[in-house]
Amino acid sequence: MQLRTSYLTALVGLFAAFCAVGVSAAPEVNLYSARKEALIMPLLERFSEQTGIQVNLVTGKDDALLKRLKSEGRNSPADILLTSDAGRLHRAKEAGVTQAFRSALLESAVPASYRDPQGHWVGLTVRSRPILYVKGKVEAAELSTYEALADAKWKRRICIRSSSNIYNQSLIASMIAANGEAATEQWAKGLVANLARPPKGGDRDQVKAAAAGQCDIAIANTYYLAGMVNSKDPAQRAAAAKMAVFWPNQADRGAHVNVSGAVLTRSSKNREAAIRLIEFLASEEAQQWYAESNGEYPVREGVAIGEALKAWGEFKADSLNLGRLGELNGKAVMLMDRAGWK
Amino acid sequence: MKLTFWNTTVTGIALLLAIPLLVVVANVFVPAGEVWQHLAATVLQDYVVNSLLLMVGVAIGSLLLGVGTAWLVSMTEFPGRRLFEWALLLPMAIPAYIIAYTYTGMLDFAGPVQTTLRELTGWGYGDYWFPEVRSLEGAAIMLSLVLYPYIYLLARAAFLSQSLCVLEVSRSLGNGPWRTFFTVALPLARPAIAAGLSLVLMETLADYGTVQYFGVSTFTTGIFRTWYGLDNAPAAAQLAAMLLVFVVVLVTLERSSRRKARYHKTGRGQQVLTRLPLTGWGRMAATLFCFATLLFGFLLPAGQLASWTLETYQAVVDRRFMALVFNTLELASLATLLALLLALLLNYGRRLQPTRTVRFAVRVASMGYAIPGTVIAVGVVIPFGWFDNTLDSWMREQFAISTGLLLSGTIAALLFAYLVRFLAVSLHAVETGLERITPSMDEAARAMGERPLGILGRIHIPMLKGSLLTALLLVFVDVLKELPATLILRPFNFNTLAVRAYELAADERLADAASAALAIVIAGLIPVILLSRSISQTRQESPSS
Repeated sequence: MQLRTSYLTALVGLFAAFCAVGVSAAPEVNLYSARKEALIMPLLERFSEQTGIQVNLVTGKDDALLKRLKSEGRNSPADILLTSDAGRLHRAKEAGVTQAFRSALLESAVPASYRDPQGHWVGLTVRSRPILYVKGKVEAAELSTYEALADAKWKRRICIRSSSNIYNQSLIASMIAANGEAATEQWAKGLVANLARPPKGGDRDQVKAAAAGQCDIAIANTYYLAGMVNSKDPAQRAAAAKMAVFWPNQADRGAHVNVSGAVLTRSSKNREAAIRLIEFLASEEAQQWYAESNGEYPVREGVAIGEALKAWGEFKADSLNLGRLGELNGKAVMLMDRAGWK
Repeated sequence: MKLTFWNTTVTGIALLLAIPLLVVVANVFVPAGEVWQHLAATVLQDYVVNSLLLMVGVAIGSLLLGVGTAWLVSMTEFPGRRLFEWALLLPMAIPAYIIAYTYTGMLDFAGPVQTTLRELTGWGYGDYWFPEVRSLEGAAIMLSLVLYPYIYLLARAAFLSQSLCVLEVSRSLGNGPWRTFFTVALPLARPAIAAGLSLVLMETLADYGTVQYFGVSTFTTGIFRTWYGLDNAPAAAQLAAMLLVFVVVLVTLERSSRRKARYHKTGRGQQVLTRLPLTGWGRMAATLFCFATLLFGFLLPAGQLASWTLETYQAVVDRRFMALVFNTLELASLATLLALLLALLLNYGRRLQPTRTVRFAVRVASMGYAIPGTVIAVGVVIPFGWFDNTLDSWMREQFAISTGLLLSGTIAALLFAYLVRFLAVSLHAVETGLERITPSMDEAARAMGERPLGILGRIHIPMLKGSLLTALLLVFVDVLKELPATLILRPFNFNTLAVRAYELAADERLADAASAALAIVIAGLIPVILLSRSISQTRQESPSS
């Protein structure tokens, strides 16, 4: 048992120093994951079944895990850090805790904009953040781009969560990349003026509020909407049924997307097994599981996706290299502070 | 200063526990760049004002509920009193963020209450006014509902141990029950109430889950926004250091409110006070007040959790779930045991040698309570990682042996973090108990040749039983609920109930999170029942407090 061993190790302290030389022979991979247990465990179990490689898991928040990784330094047991957004992949690379790795499999499966040019990280699932609208209250023809949501005609009609949320920060970062800081700040002020209520709750809450009539437009990640469509709770299904997805900016850069992804740590002691696990997570089998069980879009082409995702149709995604989202994240947060976006 | 066993031990322990805080404070000297100008120009004022307002709100709410119910159940007689006496502790087993999610689910615009209202009346959005749960006021109410038991617990113990004579004298002087309450009982119970309130306020300052979900910007949300969002760890640590200033003020206020008077009990002969039997409206009001507190603090949210659990337990409760229960109980028991031992040691050291250094050391050891768990965890990760790596390098050089990470990522690191965070709770509880034991008793024992440890073991511990049980309950329940430090520091493949509940709730899967949350509540019941039984026993047998 992991618990017993680690506890004992700590207690015997120095004594263990003289005996703790042996490393267990069975192949294993140690994983720090910002994806929550329920959203990764089934895949890890399949991987272990297929390869006989044991996977050890700690879940947590991206930045906290990154801090732990950094403090543990070269002795860190972690082989892989999984994050839930591209900004953190970039941050891990900047922090110097990653190493470059090459894999022909990954290079052929994952498009270049979802990979680090130097090979330090790779995206594993795509998360899109389109505009959701209440059927009957808004016509698709009235919508066009994120930029247009600052128009005064949407006054008190938009719901979006707090600017502390990373997906909003990434969205703003992508807009800074496209339109520059000044224009984006102007836009953010306009958006804040159009909010139906002060930001609160998560993405599902925005959808629920829109379905209940508090606003006509919600901005949320699609996998939350997929989760509601497939929910056991009839109220959530009913709320989701009132909403439709609009893919913005199709005539220019495309809808905003982010990825969850993986880095190989610099301290990795199980390099080969770790790369095998990352490759597995990008395999068709794993990609299909993400799409079907969590409503995320696959990074690779030609993977079967769930009904909900099919119904929303295909879309053009912003092709900005996602490392930029990480670079611009701080600017995005300050900009939102200035715009009064709570 | 002469080095003695007590002052070296106490100072040593306090120094060790202060490491995480020192790590945070050390960042004050790291330049954080232009971020401060930005913060000051935009959001800092919000953080300060909202944190203060939240503290005021929670103070009012929890005092009203905590002192009010404690007075009623310990001093008066009304229908249901015996039940309320222990049941009023139950809300503390519910993590604040869980009650926040639960009430939002019920009372939000899209929730069943407002939806039913709209269906009945035909109103739409904007046609009617309804209190907004997710607001500063809402957060204050949520926190008051689950934190008031800290005050209730300590205040009730204080009321119960008040000498009958004092209260009888007051009554015989013609003071009515209200006057007796405000002029005699309440001032006498003030140290206990102040201790409870300072715990409540520290917990309020450290709260992240509730304010974050409600969209209220406070210091805690600001710290994380600065760290995660702006990726500026030094500035985040500086915000945390500012938070520490709040705590120092709080602790100092509490101390100075006590300094004016020393509250020791004199005499032993205490009889159980005849409870004031309430009549008519008073009876009904008392029952209603206690019932309402219990209803909103426990029955409604726990009922909601139970109904969600019924929907989802088949999918959620499996072999792994049992491991969660086991891990959680194991951690909570170990941490509680350690916290009690240390609290006794520190308090006792201070009693024996109340030098400035010792008193200061004890105060430092209790500061961690107001610091968000994540900040403490970071304060643990950094020095532990440094220690492990330095030792490893040294061993490699000297003996060509790699020791790897000895402490990082172990249960030991986790327990250490719990102690830093929760020692204040056991310190306060033990302290209020110890304060009521007059020093003349110690002197008598010493005069008869008893040694300090003998006094502790044979006189204080038996007399402190109630306070120790209180400390046990508080720490145990706090560790059960603890999330952020557990999340960052735990070993591989090791989860607790709080981690599971949080992961599902944060994924907006409230119904699936309910089983784990309910299990936390049930585990929290164990010490609640222990404590209430022991209290009712002491009252029946000998009323020697």
